[in-house]
Amino acid sequence: MFNPVYIALIPLLPFFSFWLIGLAGRSLFPKYGSYAGTLVILVSFILSAFVAWQYFTIGSGGMTGAMHPQIIVFNYTWLQFSPSLSINMGIMLDSISVMMIVIVTFISLMVHIFSLGYMKGERNISNYYCFLSLFTFSMLGLVLSTNIFQIYIFWELVGISSFLLIGFYYEKPAAVAASKKAFIITRFADLGFLIGILILSYYTKTLDFQTLIRNASTPALSGDLIKSSFLGFSALSWGLVLVFAGGAGKSAMFPFHIWLPDAMEGPTPVSALIHAATMVVAGVYIVARLFPVYSMACPGALNVVACTGAFTSLFAAIIACTQTDIKRVLAYSTISQIGYMMFALGVSGYSGEPSLGFTASMFHLFTHANFKALLFLGAGAIIHYVHSNEMGNMGGLRKALPVTHITFLIACLAIAGIPPFSGFFSKEEILMAAWNANKLIYYVGLITAAITAFYIFRLYFNIFWHTTPPAHGNGNEATRDSHARKNKSGRELPVTMLIPLIILGILSVVAGFAPFGKLITANGTPLPMTFQPLFSIAPVLLAAAGIYTAYVLYGKENNLPQRAAAALNGFYRAAYKKFYIDEVYLFITKKVIFHSIGKPVAWFDRNIIDRNIDRTGESVSGLSFVIRKLQSGKVQDYAIYIVGGAVGILFLFLYITS
Amino acid sequence: MIFVNMMDLMNAELGIVIILFILLFMKILGKPESNSTLLNLTNALLVLNLVVVLFLNSDGVLFNGMFHTNHTIALEKGILLFGTLIISLQSFKWLMHHKHAAEFYILLLSSLLGMFYMISSGNFLIFYLGLELASIPLAALANFNLKEKKSSEAALKLILLSAFASAIMLFGISILYGTTGTLSFSEVSLLISGGSLQILSIVFIFTGFAFKLSAVPFHFWTADVYEGAPIAITSFLSVISKAAMVFVFISVLSPLFVSAPAVWYMVFLIIIVLTMAFGNLFAIRQNNIKRFIAFSSITQVGYILLALSAGNKPGAAAAIYFMMVYIFSNLGALGVISLVSAQTGLENISDYRGFYKTNPVYAWILSISIFSLAGIPPTAGFFGKMFLVIAGASKGNSMIIAFASLNMVVSLYYYLKIIKAIFIDPNDSPVPALKPGFSIAAGLAVCMFGIIFTGFAGGFYDYVIKTCGF
Repeated sequence: MFNPVYIALIPLLPFFSFWLIGLAGRSLFPKYGSYAGTLVILVSFILSAFVAWQYFTIGSGGMTGAMHPQIIVFNYTWLQFSPSLSINMGIMLDSISVMMIVIVTFISLMVHIFSLGYMKGERNISNYYCFLSLFTFSMLGLVLSTNIFQIYIFWELVGISSFLLIGFYYEKPAAVAASKKAFIITRFADLGFLIGILILSYYTKTLDFQTLIRNASTPALSGDLIKSSFLGFSALSWGLVLVFAGGAGKSAMFPFHIWLPDAMEGPTPVSALIHAATMVVAGVYIVARLFPVYSMACPGALNVVACTGAFTSLFAAIIACTQTDIKRVLAYSTISQIGYMMFALGVSGYSGEPSLGFTASMFHLFTHANFKALLFLGAGAIIHYVHSNEMGNMGGLRKALPVTHITFLIACLAIAGIPPFSGFFSKEEILMAAWNANKLIYYVGLITAAITAFYIFRLYFNIFWHTTPPAHGNGNEATRDSHARKNKSGRELPVTMLIPLIILGILSVVAGFAPFGKLITANGTPLPMTFQPLFSIAPVLLAAAGIYTAYVLYGKENNLPQRAAAALNGFYRAAYKKFYIDEVYLFITKKVIFHSIGKPVAWFDRNIIDRNIDRTGESVSGLSFVIRKLQSGKVQDYAIYIVGGAVGILFLFLYITS
Repeated sequence: MIFVNMMDLMNAELGIVIILFILLFMKILGKPESNSTLLNLTNALLVLNLVVVLFLNSDGVLFNGMFHTNHTIALEKGILLFGTLIISLQSFKWLMHHKHAAEFYILLLSSLLGMFYMISSGNFLIFYLGLELASIPLAALANFNLKEKKSSEAALKLILLSAFASAIMLFGISILYGTTGTLSFSEVSLLISGGSLQILSIVFIFTGFAFKLSAVPFHFWTADVYEGAPIAITSFLSVISKAAMVFVFISVLSPLFVSAPAVWYMVFLIIIVLTMAFGNLFAIRQNNIKRFIAFSSITQVGYILLALSAGNKPGAAAAIYFMMVYIFSNLGALGVISLVSAQTGLENISDYRGFYKTNPVYAWILSISIFSLAGIPPTAGFFGKMFLVIAGASKGNSMIIAFASLNMVVSLYYYLKIIKAIFIDPNDSPVPALKPGFSIAAGLAVCMFGIIFTGFAGGFYDYVIKTCGF
């Protein structure tokens, strides 16, 4: 039914274009590398859309069919260590991986098209498209993995491509620092991931997802996992929490979130693709992938997921209210929304009514990918136009950028959860799931929803209304002049940048009507999703209140924001400084680790280890000088050595056997 | 009937014999200046033979067990033939202007034929015959740079010492015959009881093998011969003849060790330690790149012996797989080296400074080959070494594994010295841009393909495992 060839082509096409553009892009077709990359992604997207259609309709008994099974399309044995342990490379289709390939290829396509205009005239444009292809390949490989080792390989590959793309403007020190920060922090979290998968696969004796899930969630087979414990927790809890830690690193959950805002140093379309829509949800994806184990065998680990997610969503939303760099606002908003997805998974059950959280989480992942990519691409268009990231340099842009304005507004309404935009539906499901499972988390989610509406409209009003910029905007005379000149030149933006905005805008309106309950559920059986208007009143009213507050504060020029900030003096400053988390990291690394651990170790290394190594090296080279004399060049000597060797072996025999 | 069987089971050997006759007739009848026809024809015939060996093979025994073959042996022959083919492609340029190209091939293929008989032998007589057929033409080949004294010296050393080693081995075989009354491998291995005379004989036979494998302390001829011989022959000696010995080792010697396994393991350990350590210590000091390859290949033998010391099927499979990988890596490196040497006559490591500036492509080929030799992932060399070490670890001796790993680190030092020369060290007059012909480029391309794809695609290893029968 599923032909492995064209499914394999979905990830392999970007892989080929990576090599093609990477090896030949610069010398053979400097102008057309970008078009080649875009075309390849287009084909990849069409294929994934076809696979999705096939999977959800024909594949499993129709749209309303009973089950969405996991299908291993193929599994190629890559390395056979022993008859029982092998590393495979394969493709697994199930509802979430099918959804993910559609999202990844679609957003990637949009970003490719957008970049045609946005990156025009950049020096290393073929490198840029080459890295984008690498990223798309790795992300597709990640979501299609059949086993935990394969996912780890692609997990690291997306990490490296994210590193390359954040540091794309490698002449800017900030970009280099940001790429290093992102790489080191996610690597650090990945260590937890690696240990986690080693624990899980050691105890379940397999790397394969299906077997692993079966072994870990069947009580009879998971005996060792639960029995053997460390520091009072079972091996299974440790494994799952560590895997989640890796996911938290990629998904920028507290306390690993600090790399994501800095990652905004990369080109804006990259932020849209990697740091908003796809890679940062890898953490959500891995939890969803191992969800049966989490929910059936270890609810404790799931509680960790829920609490981390809920705390992060509130925490990041508060910070987002105070930032002035528009991409950083969006970055914190991303962190907050991923927190939403995480806690939705955390409060979910495996089957029946309680499993609403899982569906809601995936639903929100889907809608969020759309409207957040739209927000980022819109921000990209604005930055392209204004040549600045600071809100202070913007204001009143609604006339200059009408299309951007409308699409951006749609995205803002979607993320704020105003009906009938897509974010409304997914957020409602999440809140409903939280309400049913844990009231505290529900209230956290509710407050976050209000704050979200506030900060996103603060952003919106600051960019598009608010005719004169707030107090701390400087250097805006020059940028204003450049507006004026640009405006005379005619169109607001190149067509390649407008098309993705419009497509994403339309999707952000309609995506909420997708029948997710029938498509994606934790155990594969459809879940009836009922829409309860009464339940929605509180969140929608709170969101409207948030929007209104934002309008009062930022709709027109006034001094209310400063007064509000002054009133909240200490808290505002703490939030503006991102609650000093970066400083805590710096303190721990620089003061604690470098000083009290690093320095003594360095001394030990230099004076004890290095000296001994030098001595070893000297003695080795001395020895090699001595034995070189054995190589005399005389045949008779060599013959004596041969006889000597034979006699030596004989003596050895005598010595050992007697 | 016997004739049909022969056609079927001996197809590899008969193919080589036919090529040999064609070459002889061409030499006698042909015009002296038609080198290119001769070379291309030989290469084409070798390819044809390779196809026959790889795809038309069956299990069977001939001449009352004197000659036997099976899928593993066919694979081994295929690997040897493939390596010879690459060497032949790489020496195209050198042979184009050589007066005695036909003789070169006649000698080379005779040697290969000897190796084939050696691998297929079921009896010490055939084995010994094959061994001599394999080694005597090599001495003549080592002398193929007719005008160079070094070349003659290398040939003389090779023939004297291999005669010496053969004599010791023959002595061992005759003692074994004396104690068991038979020369057939299968019968001998049943009659081995571990008596002192038998141990004496096995040690002598082992000495002969160790000499051919150039394990320490039987290795001293290696550096001198490798340096003096033409590069094509150095390649052949360091890769093909070593691979042949490893294959024979797998099929011939391992049954003999059944008598006193603990003691043999001890002997192996000592030889492995010496081989790795000496190979590395010598290689560190080398400036001549050919001598360098010689010594580094001694170290590689240490790793192969490590896998063979396990004495089980995974060890044998790992060794066969590694030989395949090693052929690609070593011939990739030697291919570039011979190209440089043929065009400029430069053979020192310091001559490679700034090589990347003038020849980026060849610099990468050389580097990738060297990475593969050093065992750096993701090249095939990494997987090859990994399987060797895993097989060696099956005995549960962690000390030797640690020692092997440390030696890998040491060897990385001198491998990286070349990389550093190629990419980093400045040079005012680097090697000028190289101009290979089609054959050399094809040979190098095959090596690159092998290094990269046998590494990534697990299928090759699976294939080896499957043909080894587990």
